[in-house]
Amino acid sequence: MSGLAQVAGDPGVSRAAPAPESTKRSRTAYLLLLPGALWLGVFFVLPLVQLASVSLQSRYPGFPGYYYRDVNVENYVSALTDYAPHFARSFLYAGLATLLAFVVAYPLAYAMAFKAGRWRNLMMICVIAPFFTSFILRTFAWSQILADEGWVARTLDVLHLLPGGHIINTPVAVVAGLTYNFLPFMVLPIYASLERADPRVIEAGGDLYANGFTTFRTVTLPMSMPGVLAGTLLTFIPAAGDFVNMELLGPQRGKMVGNVINDQFLAIPGGYPVAAALSFTLMAAILAMVFLYVRRFGTEELV
Amino acid sequence: MAGFREARGDLRLEGVTKAFGDFTAVDDIDLTVPRGSFFALLGPSGCGKTTTLRMVAGLEQPTAGRVMIGDTDLTGSRPYERPVNTVFQSYALFPHLTIRDNVAFGPKRRKDKDAARRTDEALELVQMTPLAGRKPAQLSGGQQQRVALARALVNHPEVLLLDEPLGALDLKLRREMQVELKRIQTEVGLTFIHVTHDQEEAMTMADTVAVMNRGRIEQLGAPASLYDLPRTRFVANFLGQANTGVGTIEGTDGDHLVADVLGTKVRILRSRSEVHEGQVLFGVRPEKVTVSRDQPAGVGNDVKGVVRDVSFLGVATSYLVDMPSGATWSCYEQNLDVDPIDLRPGDEVWLTWNPGHAFGVPVDDAVVPA
Repeated sequence: MSGLAQVAGDPGVSRAAPAPESTKRSRTAYLLLLPGALWLGVFFVLPLVQLASVSLQSRYPGFPGYYYRDVNVENYVSALTDYAPHFARSFLYAGLATLLAFVVAYPLAYAMAFKAGRWRNLMMICVIAPFFTSFILRTFAWSQILADEGWVARTLDVLHLLPGGHIINTPVAVVAGLTYNFLPFMVLPIYASLERADPRVIEAGGDLYANGFTTFRTVTLPMSMPGVLAGTLLTFIPAAGDFVNMELLGPQRGKMVGNVINDQFLAIPGGYPVAAALSFTLMAAILAMVFLYVRRFGTEELV
Repeated sequence: MAGFREARGDLRLEGVTKAFGDFTAVDDIDLTVPRGSFFALLGPSGCGKTTTLRMVAGLEQPTAGRVMIGDTDLTGSRPYERPVNTVFQSYALFPHLTIRDNVAFGPKRRKDKDAARRTDEALELVQMTPLAGRKPAQLSGGQQQRVALARALVNHPEVLLLDEPLGALDLKLRREMQVELKRIQTEVGLTFIHVTHDQEEAMTMADTVAVMNRGRIEQLGAPASLYDLPRTRFVANFLGQANTGVGTIEGTDGDHLVADVLGTKVRILRSRSEVHEGQVLFGVRPEKVTVSRDQPAGVGNDVKGVVRDVSFLGVATSYLVDMPSGATWSCYEQNLDVDPIDLRPGDEVWLTWNPGHAFGVPVDDAVVPA
């Protein structure tokens, strides 16, 4: 808040300015913040507190589905030990999907920003078009595309490139689904940062004795790092918590942590506290990773 | 550095043409820029001067013609293969690198063993050493300009290209940087090619100015000679002000041509006219015209007009005078007398000038006056 008040005027001037003016200004700022703050309070902070308290509750012995208020750390111990493989799988699959999405998205965003010319808008529409259909429906469509009778599996089978005989219901299908579903979130920020880059700066690389690849490595890529950073976060975070792709495309065993949380909440009687503890653990783990990642690759001057 | 071409000597453009689709941006230019000179390409926006510069840099390839430095043909080579560096319009500094790393970029790519020392020298030359650790966004426009210059100069290019380098600076800073650029050019002795649309900038800085219009070089020469004796209507109007009138050449009088400009006989030195018969665009610079109340005796070049406006400028007084032809002439009179002639709008005056100061150029409507 004090930050807002300072932005409104030079601090030296505002000190000399009559008091009513500045209080009025900050009151306006508070009023503008009110709807957002209320929304966050009711729909984010309260549920979070609720979830935190649930994550520490204990079951009533003999009454499945009933809990009492407690400080039961056992839920967290269970989350970290019994479900460690699920966490590992989530981060592995999300990491692979992020990497794949980056490999696909960067050339696409680069082409859109520098090479597409009059096709640019059409390409942009193609990137955004999937959002017009539900995420679930599109994933269902993928379950058919990757099915044993589908053309992908058939073609690979004919070419003897499918040793297991299946794509559907394997981790490969899950990673493919995650990559597909979060691709636009990788493309758009990278495109935005490349599109904002001054073409003359890239030309300057060539003018200063850097060939095409060196210019890309030393100028273009570093300049697009804010977009890459945003894109990887927007892909990795939701992918790590996702359960739909595993549910529709994945194997019966070897689920991700999102599926466990989903099952504990909805399918297993009395699973609420463990589900809540898993949610908090996932949130904390992602926050820690994002923090380290941004510390390592963050480029605050360019955002 | 694989592919890098050492080349020494004058920069030569031979029949260079650049077409973008149907539009010919640069039309068959022949040009020689002597090694070590300060050369200005001057012209209005869209005249092809920046395209010409980019073809020298290798950022564009000519549709026809050759770009040479000395005896080395650089046509078709990539920018990074040429001993040429550019100071870009709006500077184009690398935003993610510090000032030092920006300047060191070229030497590092060329695997120069002296990269650090040369970077220090270049930063020193433009007085940016104290800010070497900052990022470009933390600098003012003038400071970024110096860094862009250092980043190009550090490579000791055979030719340094400057694309409107002072365009984004305010007037005072621009004047300072003009002097600074001139000093640096004299100090390092490199060939500078300076693209600008500011005629004053071109004239104060360059040894030679090429005036470009519609993809062609209209005239090339020392600033004073371009101003004194323009060879086309475009140059006469683009470089400074000119009082002009269309006339018909009727005969000769010794060394002079006599032309009739709407009933007034004017004389032009034969050697100072591009046309010797038929229609001619007669011109004389405002400071060469003398304003007087009474008709001066015996000079021969005199026209009667009516004062429209008088502006006292301190060192000079500027008059706008309506001529019988309908044109409005502008005249500057230096305020040499304590008691200048008192003229008011509406007064009738006589304008005279030395016939040796007038010039004649083709009326030529193929070239649109600025």
